[in-house]
Amino acid sequence: MAEVALRNIQKSFGGAKVIHGVDLEIRDGEFVVFVGPSGCGKSTLLRLIAGLEDITEGDLFIDGERVNDWAPAKRRIAMVFQSYALYPHMSVYDNMAFGLELAKASRSEIDARVREAARLLQIDDLLDRKPRQLSGGQRQRVAIGRAIVRDPKVFLFDEPLSNLDAALRVQTRIEIAKLHADTRATMIYVTHDQVEAMTLADRIVVLNKGRIEQVGTPLELYHRPANLFVAGFIGSPQMNFVPVEAVSAGSDHIEVRLPGGQTLPVPVHPEGTRTGEALTLGIRPDHLQVREDGPFRGRIELVEQLGENHLLYVAADGLRLTARETGDSRHRAGDVVSLAATGESCHLFRGSGEALPLTVPRGDRTTPPQSRTA
Amino acid sequence: MTDVTAPGLAGAATRPRGRASSLTRTRVRSAWAFIAPALVVLVLVAGWPLARTIWFSFTDADLNNLSDYTFIGFENYLANYDGEWLGLLTDPDWWRSVWNTLWFTLVSVSIETVLGIVVALILNAHFPGRGIMRAVILIPWAIPTVVSAKMWNWMLHDQFGVINDMLLRLGIIAAPITWTANPDTALWTVVMVDVWKTTPFMALLILAALQMLPQDIYEAAKVDGVHPMRVFFRVTLPLIKPALLVAVIFRALDALRVFDLIYVLTANSKDTMSMSVFARQQLVEFQEVGLGSAASTLIFLIIALLVAATLVAGRVRLGEETR
Ligand SMILES: Nc1ncnc2c1ncn2[C@@H]1O[C@H](COP(=O)(O)OP(=O)(O)O)[C@@H](O)[C@H]1O
Ligand SMILES: [Mg+2]
Repeated sequence: MAEVALRNIQKSFGGAKVIHGVDLEIRDGEFVVFVGPSGCGKSTLLRLIAGLEDITEGDLFIDGERVNDWAPAKRRIAMVFQSYALYPHMSVYDNMAFGLELAKASRSEIDARVREAARLLQIDDLLDRKPRQLSGGQRQRVAIGRAIVRDPKVFLFDEPLSNLDAALRVQTRIEIAKLHADTRATMIYVTHDQVEAMTLADRIVVLNKGRIEQVGTPLELYHRPANLFVAGFIGSPQMNFVPVEAVSAGSDHIEVRLPGGQTLPVPVHPEGTRTGEALTLGIRPDHLQVREDGPFRGRIELVEQLGENHLLYVAADGLRLTARETGDSRHRAGDVVSLAATGESCHLFRGSGEALPLTVPRGDRTTPPQSRTA
Repeated sequence: MTDVTAPGLAGAATRPRGRASSLTRTRVRSAWAFIAPALVVLVLVAGWPLARTIWFSFTDADLNNLSDYTFIGFENYLANYDGEWLGLLTDPDWWRSVWNTLWFTLVSVSIETVLGIVVALILNAHFPGRGIMRAVILIPWAIPTVVSAKMWNWMLHDQFGVINDMLLRLGIIAAPITWTANPDTALWTVVMVDVWKTTPFMALLILAALQMLPQDIYEAAKVDGVHPMRVFFRVTLPLIKPALLVAVIFRALDALRVFDLIYVLTANSKDTMSMSVFARQQLVEFQEVGLGSAASTLIFLIIALLVAATLVAGRVRLGEETR
């Protein structure tokens, strides 16, 4: 177990710069998830920590020691690859034991460790099989088992669930969470799936184009996104973005004009916002409600009934808004409805994309959004 | 089926089987249709000459007059005249050529395999100019054997050859070596030239196998701190083994039939004579078509036996692997 610290980590492949100075402190025993769209540099960052790529610039510390020039083996990390990376000609047992055989471990100790890991992952009756005789989920367990037996300081996972079907993904996700709870090992987990990130992480690192957009607990990111990118990336369906104009700024709120002409006070610190400045209003689908006098009036394009809730896709004022309400919908495609949101549930972003700080706390310290708008 | 007497299960069980077998029959028929042209060509260009050679090996045919011969049974192989055994099977020159060929095959293919693996591993590494290196290394293989053998003949010439000259200047040898004439060095010289020529072929086949290997397992081994030599022997080698076996069989078959290289380098010297060179000598120089055909037939049998043995050994090993 160990802390991992990244100080101004940069990486270029030839002339192409892929990681632009990442600073991050990962605490001992923490589960950190790197999330971001495909190609944003998540895997590269993980491979830099693993030592599979050379760090172009900056310092990497594991357990307080600068490990930039250390071979991967010396860093005492274990990596679980997206493709499992099992040795195809070796049995499950040998796959797990192979990395141990030179690590000064005695044969009986190796055996004990392999069997313990196999028991933990419920693959003890597969030990004689070859990888090709296993299902995707079983292979993934073997890959995780191979990491466990090494008793590493840091576990690294690169999209370990993306090759599994939906049901297995949920199940394996839960098992990884359990593994973390049991071992309290430091884990760094890469995914492009925000649900995995939200459910597994102690802290999420949102990456975009080789830069950190925001670091925080899942609920911090959900309730207080630092910018448009994080607001759009975390939460499903995506947050609605509405172009608005600042009408007036108080000390603890800004009054904005919506595309339909109405105004809405949003409780944020103005931070020098000028009257007339163009802003972006962010409203989560859960916070948009169908209301007689709602400021967004438009025709429903599509209704998605999901059972416990439903989604309405509404074309209003040249915008495409998504609203989510509980239960079954009374509406059909083609109906004209009005949607409303309270200023307390909205976010405001400046032209640069940066969020204006909220003056009213959000999330766990406030009542759920539904009851507020009722 | 109006009169349903049989239980439904029986009907269900027999019907699909009948349908499947007619489908199978159609498949088998079209398979034969597809391979028939190849079979016809094979019979014409390989089967017919082979049959003729085997037939001639039981006759006393002479190259001067191929239409006038008599059937003499196994006398070309083994015959007893007044208590004295004669024929190919008692000919020390023949057995010498068999031994030469087997020795040449074993030594050259072994060296080529090891060197081929080394070269392939180097070419598989990422370094600038790798593409050019891959092309350059193929040059020895691309040159016709007769040309490269002649070239080596000159380089190895005892008086004017560049190799003796270099070795003399460097002080490694005191007097010029007659590489191809000296019985101690002749076969080794042949092996060396063959290695020079054929290693690129082996290397390329092995390189193709290496490039099929998944890269992620090497990264996993690196993260786990497995020593590269261990990775090679426990991961790379087992994974390329099937391709390696194919390459070795190909090379061994080629080496067992070796002719042009030895003939150009050392002509009819008994020290290096291979089975094929022996057969040519009987057929062309001594005009003994019967004896030469007997030698050719034995070559065919020896190679066929070795191939069968290799295939059986290979299948046994594969069988163990799947269990
Ligand atoms: N070995 C490499 N050589 C050149 N470019 C690379 C290499 N590996 C990754 N990249 C580039 O770096 C960027 C980030 O890649 P990656 O870390 O794999 O993204 P992801 O977030 O999807 O895991 C991509 O634009 C990719 O093309
Ligand atoms: Mg990736």
